[in-house]
Amino acid sequence: MTDFILGHYVYWSIIALLIIGLYGMIFKNNLAKKLIGMTIFQVSIIMFYVASAVKWSATVPVLDPVTGVADAAKYISPLQHCLMLTAIVVGVATSGVAFSLAILIYRHYKTLDESVLLERMKSP
Amino acid sequence: MINNSPVLVPLLFLASAISIPVLAIKKTKVAYPVTIVASFLSVVISSYNIFCVWRDGPLTYHFGGWFPPIGIEYVLDPLSSFIALVVNVVAFFVLWHSSGIQEGEIPGKSVPYYALTLLFLCGANGIIVTGDLFNLYVFLEIFALAGYGLIGIGEKQAPVASFRYLIMGTVGASFYLLGIGFLYIVTGSLNMADVRNILPHVYGNPALAAALSLIVIGMGIKMAIFPLHGWLPDAYTYAPSTTSALVAPIGTKVAAYVIIRILFFVFGVKFVSQSLPITDLIAWLAAIGIIYGSVMAMAQKEMKRMLAYSSIAQIGYIGLGIGLANPLGYIGAVLHILNHAFMKGSLFLVAANLRKNAGHSDISKLDASYRKKLPWSMAAFTLAALSMIGLPPTAGFFSKWYLALGAIDKGNWVFLAVILISSLLNAVYFFRILEKVYLAPPPAQTAGEDLPPETKRREGSLIGEEKYSLMIPVVILSFSLLLIGLLNANIVKEVIQRIIPLGM
Repeated sequence: MTDFILGHYVYWSIIALLIIGLYGMIFKNNLAKKLIGMTIFQVSIIMFYVASAVKWSATVPVLDPVTGVADAAKYISPLQHCLMLTAIVVGVATSGVAFSLAILIYRHYKTLDESVLLERMKSP
Repeated sequence: MINNSPVLVPLLFLASAISIPVLAIKKTKVAYPVTIVASFLSVVISSYNIFCVWRDGPLTYHFGGWFPPIGIEYVLDPLSSFIALVVNVVAFFVLWHSSGIQEGEIPGKSVPYYALTLLFLCGANGIIVTGDLFNLYVFLEIFALAGYGLIGIGEKQAPVASFRYLIMGTVGASFYLLGIGFLYIVTGSLNMADVRNILPHVYGNPALAAALSLIVIGMGIKMAIFPLHGWLPDAYTYAPSTTSALVAPIGTKVAAYVIIRILFFVFGVKFVSQSLPITDLIAWLAAIGIIYGSVMAMAQKEMKRMLAYSSIAQIGYIGLGIGLANPLGYIGAVLHILNHAFMKGSLFLVAANLRKNAGHSDISKLDASYRKKLPWSMAAFTLAALSMIGLPPTAGFFSKWYLALGAIDKGNWVFLAVILISSLLNAVYFFRILEKVYLAPPPAQTAGEDLPPETKRREGSLIGEEKYSLMIPVVILSFSLLLIGLLNANIVKEVIQRIIPLGM
């Protein structure tokens, strides 16, 4: 049992991050805090991919004349990192759109607090 | 067969989306012509593609000459070419219609609006043709981000609706990403065909169940399947009319397509039906969604909001067809993707015409004068409403027919009852509009309306207040429902029969 917990500590911390992110998105009233939760959520998935690429006694996926190319097992898998570069870009774009929407909301309603916002939406 | 054509439509939309802001520096009027030309070309290319796929079998394109599974592959098989054609045709009519209402609803924003529209369509077509799981995620986000912008540009409440959609949509896309992460760890590949070949060797692995559930939940949010539909009503109601008419037929259908693709073409029918009761779950949630959406639609006073709730119900039909996981249900689901795209497209365009001509789309304010003022829009509305209810020979009848046959085939009488009850509920909420417009006696003529119709006619208007560009797309979309209905035997036999996945 302890092996199960300690052996997968990376994944446990990723799950914790995931839940913190979800919690922020669902239970926080302030839209900016929701966005912080969303970013934490996305980062936890990025870390999940990066963690899945890790390999003991292997080096970065850059051609090393000493190691050579004969044994691919001596390099860690580069694919997850490439995928996550794209995912980071996507995450930045999402945050950009989200913050511009938040600015629009603030301009219209002068608040980012969701409960106040809902009241002000009802009374035009 | 290796060919350039799978990549043409997404590239066309991407190139024109980027070129619009550049071309529009001097003249903002070029935005619309570029959009409509790109959209028309996409219809031509996708019709040609479906013809080629029909004749020669699936077409593939390898990015940068890298062969799969290393490189990214684009695949046009019968399913993707069919959905791509549906999406592009509906988008073309909606964009044609947009020329008349664009300036009135969002004045001065045509350049960013059309650029975003093209990005949205680029994302939709990319999702449809890509054969790579991660590439699908990237297109999903292009599609979704453009969609948030298109919705947020609308009324005063629209940014709030769009923000809510963004939060939920991002969770959905992230779940999908997490799901393909599990799939990649287990199979070591991201190419759909390659994953399909590797999967039988690793069927026992519990991570696959996690991957499948995460992907279905993620795409379920995008598809607005019942308990995950929270973002949809506000987003459709407050968005500009063109966006509603574009996102309602295309947005959720593309997510439904991804679920079909992943469930039946990547995981395979055998694995899906044996490992987890996920298809049953989808079917039951969809059945609840059908009833919930129809009941909520009956309670709405505003037409766009009513159509939004009715969308939730119609998505339920597609989900039910997927969840039945037998050939008849599958035919019903794919046919309903086609039918619902045309029905919802024309209904939302009629709501747009009402807002343009009458200044509101409030159901309680409708009366008999609307059938005089907007005869064609109302005729189109009637036809689309009859199709939504499912009266033969309109298209809506046949997809419900196949779904009902699928439910009988499965031996599940609850689903059959749900389909019948929901048709009745559809009839209730559409007939109350038709009754107000067609059966109520004409109102007493007020002084302002005494003028002969000639004096009200403006340049370019045909009857009453309708412009050609506002009327013709609506009429074509809704009358094609009759055509689809009459030709449905051919569509099913020639097209959909070919795209039933192996082992179903």
